[in-house]
Amino acid sequence: MAVLDSSDNRVVLRARGIAKHYGGVRALKGVDFEIRAGKVTTLFGENGAGKSTLMKILAGVEKPTRGVLELGGTEVAFDNTSEALARGIAIIHQELNLAPNMSVRDNVFMGRELRTRSGGIDYAAEARAVRDAMERLEEDIDPSTLVSELRLGQQQIVEIAGALLADARILIMDEPTSALSAPEVEVLFRVIEELKSKGVAIVYISHHLEEALHVTDYAVVFRDGELVAQAPVEDIDMAWVIHKMVGHKVESTVGSRPPAELGEVLLSIRNIVVPDPLTAGRNVVDGVSIDVRAGELVCIYGLMGAGRTELMEAVAGRMQTSGGEVRLAKRSLAGASIRERIQMGLSLVPEDRQRDGLVQMMSIGRNMVLASISSFTRRGWLVSRTEAQRIQHGARETLVKMGSPKDLIGSLSGGNQQKVVISKTLLTNPKAMLLDEPTRGIDVGAKSEIFDLLAAQAKRGIGVLFVTSEIGEALTSSHRIVVMARGRIVREFATAEATRDEVMAASGENVAVLSESQETGEIQ
Amino acid sequence: MRDHSPAGTGARNIGIGRIVLEGRALVALAVIVVLFAALSPTYLSADNLIVMTRHVAVNAIIALGMLMVILTGGIDLSVGSIVGLSGVVAGALLQGWNLSLIDVVVYPKVWVVVVIALGVGTLVGLINGILVTRFKVAPFVATLGMMYVARGSAMLIADGKTFPRLQGSPELGNTGFAKVGLGRILGVPMGVWIMVVIAVVAFALLSRRPFGRWLYAVGGNARAAELSGVPVRRVERRVYVLSGFAAAVVGLVIASELTAATPQTGESYELNAIAAVVIGGAALSGGRGNVRGTLIGAFVIGFLSDGLVSVGVSTFWQMVIKGLVIIAAVALDQFQQRIKRPVAPAAGGESPGADAGGGQPVGTLPVELEPRKPTKGKN
Repeated sequence: MAVLDSSDNRVVLRARGIAKHYGGVRALKGVDFEIRAGKVTTLFGENGAGKSTLMKILAGVEKPTRGVLELGGTEVAFDNTSEALARGIAIIHQELNLAPNMSVRDNVFMGRELRTRSGGIDYAAEARAVRDAMERLEEDIDPSTLVSELRLGQQQIVEIAGALLADARILIMDEPTSALSAPEVEVLFRVIEELKSKGVAIVYISHHLEEALHVTDYAVVFRDGELVAQAPVEDIDMAWVIHKMVGHKVESTVGSRPPAELGEVLLSIRNIVVPDPLTAGRNVVDGVSIDVRAGELVCIYGLMGAGRTELMEAVAGRMQTSGGEVRLAKRSLAGASIRERIQMGLSLVPEDRQRDGLVQMMSIGRNMVLASISSFTRRGWLVSRTEAQRIQHGARETLVKMGSPKDLIGSLSGGNQQKVVISKTLLTNPKAMLLDEPTRGIDVGAKSEIFDLLAAQAKRGIGVLFVTSEIGEALTSSHRIVVMARGRIVREFATAEATRDEVMAASGENVAVLSESQETGEIQ
Repeated sequence: MRDHSPAGTGARNIGIGRIVLEGRALVALAVIVVLFAALSPTYLSADNLIVMTRHVAVNAIIALGMLMVILTGGIDLSVGSIVGLSGVVAGALLQGWNLSLIDVVVYPKVWVVVVIALGVGTLVGLINGILVTRFKVAPFVATLGMMYVARGSAMLIADGKTFPRLQGSPELGNTGFAKVGLGRILGVPMGVWIMVVIAVVAFALLSRRPFGRWLYAVGGNARAAELSGVPVRRVERRVYVLSGFAAAVVGLVIASELTAATPQTGESYELNAIAAVVIGGAALSGGRGNVRGTLIGAFVIGFLSDGLVSVGVSTFWQMVIKGLVIIAAVALDQFQQRIKRPVAPAAGGESPGADAGGGQPVGTLPVELEPRKPTKGKN
């Protein structure tokens, strides 16, 4: 294992023996860690490995239970993020910390508003700065736009812009690209290069391994709260990272082979048109038709903003359509509510599981049966035993790792939470399942488990339609790939015959950036 | 698999303090009873207990309706006015319903009076529900408006006066109204029995019916509930109906106990009910709370007020003390929520907050606890 030279004088921040305990749980077990000026240090590790906890400690969000931080050789302790920020440490959070009711400008400068001489807020200067930052990020977002009106990807850009404007010496990026499209990622990478050349130290966390390897200078791998390996990027490859992360070998999942036999068309989407709720006269989905057969895994691939989420929500009954028809097992769903669609056998696993998928105040078990609760009542009364059996069955089927089903849902890791959402859908006995980015922000192991699960469900005769922005997932976990761009279907591939470059090119993605590490892509 | 349940870790760390905190409302009730029993010899007499429980019942019935509303993240400020309105409607009918068009005065039977009075309260609740779900008026505003409308209607019906002597007369065949509140079964007043019945029904509804589960889901995350097929609007509408009904019941009980109906009856009852609900550990943002806690909350408030009266504390001090108790209850609740927030990942889990699923960082304000209503532009 390569050991980095710790006498490197470019080290700007050094963490020594950092440990963090939450109650009886040791999230970090004494970590030594360094960050270098002008370099990108990437933290690899599955969920729960301790990456995010360490970042929160660096950024002043949390205090370590033990251990010290040295900034430029002097010991520091942060009580909150503004103290860290004052010392030049900024963080782009994985979960977007924006106030949706406020404008982009007000969000970017929240807590560090620019003042005029009379003590008021210098809105003009703030807006100028935001505009400059947006220009650097090649985004066309007006500073006065409300954050609630932005797509998730654009919101992430706003977070990044905020971090840029903080003029930090150390910039922590926790999953900065989870909602970005490929061109946006490319711009971000350019900005990172620019920051590096100015001597900014960057700490990077991403579940997207190839992307992370592409951008990094130093790789640091965490497992179970410990730093298990670190090396300069020249000395390592994807296989090394995965090996260190997981500690054992991961099988690549779900063949891209066509299924043995396809059944009849279960879900038939015909010429669906979804008007843009914000802009009159514009359609976010513009005449899309997709058929999903029993036993088939169909993937919708495309960039953020291609209309994928809107399509899914329209099919699920959440968004209004202005044209077209959806049929499930030959029955028209016109006018059916979300509830009726679920009862007929069609339900959605939403993109944002925190916002749309889970009730945080409820237990794991209650979240799991929420959608199917009416199906195990006797004369309208819940039957606890049946409920407990359903929960057990659901947890087993989706491999949810949990203590007790009575624990709060928040006690689970992201991957397990996602499995609960999927389980909730499965317990409704769907004929067809819609999944919007089912693996967003979850670790490698859980990803492959989820796709194994979907493959198993398809084998049982369920039609599966899922959305992904990860090309690796599209190529390894589907039978057919439908590429969407600007609200329309631009191309369809039988997955077995599709190539990475073709699919990405069809979506309008810039292939050159990410295709270098193609051969390792199936891990994703 | 290791036990990472919050309760498990908490109990080890805090022990007895934890138990006191968990059952703090009950502990508070015990303290109140012991304290006033020591100060006033008659406090624990059977008669006084019955009187106090009668007072408690009135608040508890409203509070149970309020609990349902609060569980969905709403609030119902109109219940106090509904109490007055339903009482006055009953009073007016018992005094004779003057159909001026055909110049006849009708004296409906008591059960008819009861049904109509309950119906009026339920109707106000339904209007609340429709305002909130169909017209998207914020619950606070909708029920604030209906609070004035219902109170004003009560005043109009009664012309600002009291309907006295509601015991009815045998010639008119409308006797028996007094039994609604004053009748006793096994020595226990009717009002208390009604509270018991409503509490049992509310408990069954919340814990044994899908509707109850839906309440918690809607209050916890309305968007997720909707996508899970929960009929969110129907649930929201129904809780206001139930709340209106509960308030109307109380209106009848009070009118019957006094055998008189005053349009001013029930003023500030909504606040007492909200206090009982929050003392009982419910979150005003929705999704958390239960029947047992709310009942205890109602007992705390009732036994405290009557205790203060019995030892001769001035009305002004009573108000101050009641206010402090409410604040202390909620402050303690926040403290408890903080220490029991899920910080421990399950086996094979991740660090808290590593994913958005970890909730918010320990020690910050529970901003996440705000209910997430479907936002505009995303329907």
